[in-house]
Amino acid sequence: MAKISMIVNGNPVTANVDPRMLLVQFLRENLRLTGTHVGCDTSQCGACVVHLDGRAVKSCTTLAVMADGHEVKTIEGLAADGAPLHPMQEAFREHHGLQCGFCTPGMIMTAVDIVHRKGNDLTDEVIREELEGNLCRCTGYQNIVASIAAGAKAMAKSDLA
Amino acid sequence: MYEFKYHRPGTVRQAANLLAKNEDAKVIAGGHTLVPVMKQRLASPPHLVDLSHIEGLNEIEMKGRALVIGATATHFEVANSPTVGEAIPALAELAGMIGDPAVRHRGTIGGSLANNDPTADYPAAVMALGATIVTNKRRLKPEEYFQGLFSTALEPDEIITKVLFPLPKKAAYVKFRNQASRYALVGVFVAKRPSDVRVAVTGAGSNGVFRLESFEEALKKRFSHKVLDGLTVAAEGLNSDIHGSAEYRAHLIAVLARRAVEAATAKE
Ligand SMILES: Cc1cc2nc3c(=O)[nH]c(=O)nc-3n(C[C@H](O)[C@H](O)[C@H](O)COP(=O)(O)OP(=O)(O)OC[C@H]3O[C@@H](n4cnc5c(N)ncnc54)[C@H](O)[C@@H]3O)c2cc1C
Ligand code: FES
Ligand code: FES
Repeated sequence: MAKISMIVNGNPVTANVDPRMLLVQFLRENLRLTGTHVGCDTSQCGACVVHLDGRAVKSCTTLAVMADGHEVKTIEGLAADGAPLHPMQEAFREHHGLQCGFCTPGMIMTAVDIVHRKGNDLTDEVIREELEGNLCRCTGYQNIVASIAAGAKAMAKSDLA
Repeated sequence: MYEFKYHRPGTVRQAANLLAKNEDAKVIAGGHTLVPVMKQRLASPPHLVDLSHIEGLNEIEMKGRALVIGATATHFEVANSPTVGEAIPALAELAGMIGDPAVRHRGTIGGSLANNDPTADYPAAVMALGATIVTNKRRLKPEEYFQGLFSTALEPDEIITKVLFPLPKKAAYVKFRNQASRYALVGVFVAKRPSDVRVAVTGAGSNGVFRLESFEEALKKRFSHKVLDGLTVAAEGLNSDIHGSAEYRAHLIAVLARRAVEAATAKE
């Protein structure tokens, strides 16, 4: 077993884990943060995307021990419970950026990362290119792209990062 | 995934000692090749030695006439490094074409070169630029380092510490992506170096990355895409699979080489 400590959604957590535990398992099974999903076993779908030290990563391809000492943000950490949604979440709701919703947490965490790296004015082309690592089996992407463009603009006027 | 012991050394020397002491131990850098294959139980190292806590191992700097990239520099760091962008823009572009943004945030140059996937991007750059692979034991030229599919000159307790890239006069990388995996179906890196011209091909060779000497000869006389007119590539020795036949790959190599030379000459 290995002792790990990290900040998850602003809260310090400490645990003893088997070194082979994936970060996504740790988040879902130990911390009960089940918003982060697993959609594949080939590291390609992006349903598991969380932020590690502020950068989008695939938590299904990261060992929990490798996040030791670092900061993790999941979909649950974007906006406080009961508070208004994060502007990117709100944009997905507003623009029908989801159908079954399985890919959505990963899409939104990726989208927020895109805004952090590329700014608030995103062309469709940039969004599509940046969504390379996120698959959706429902929407056909059109509304996801529209949601991200709108969410990016809304983030400029919001206090939520 | 099978059980393993996890080690977190603070120096390359400690890491090498752990590898020497524990049979079948493996290092882990970004984990973006190793974790997927361990999940599928295609690899089951009893010991994992994590390189991510070794300070300075991801440093990127200019040393004399060479660009030095530390082994644990991520694809994201290489793609966005102003030092790389100024010294060898084609290399920054290549790093920015690997996988997707999340993969680039974790995957490293050392891991990519140690893995030597025949469809990976970095091997083409290392081969064409004539880079030197520096390990905890020695320095290796690409010709000695790359030894075929997923195979390199690295010994079990050998760790890549950095890669030295001599600066080319002109260079460009053009990649034709596999539509599903986004790895290179074919990728061609062209470099006009002070002394010669090199054309390296990834994704196509049934033995991994290779140089295209006939194209190099032509380009050495004049570095222009026009000298490639009429030159073709033989399908013999190229990969044939569900993604493309050997003939198709041969055709792609010639087309991409031409585009790479055009891109390299357009840059100035
Ligand atoms: C969805 C997806 C898409 C991808 N697309 C591409 C692509 O388009 N092009 C491409 O080139 N690659 C692609 N990759 C691979 C990616 O670039 C990997 O990150 C890379 O091949 C391995 O780097 P790593 O740091 O993750 O290595 P790890 O997975 O940590 O290690 C890989 C191997 O290298 C060894 N190793 C690692 N570092 C060292 C070192 N310093 N010295 C000695 N041995 C070492 C390990 O022991 C292991 O055997 C993709 C990966 C994924 C998951
Ligand atoms: S579950 Fe992580 S990429 Fe699919
Ligand atoms: S909304 Fe169903 S997978 Fe994207």
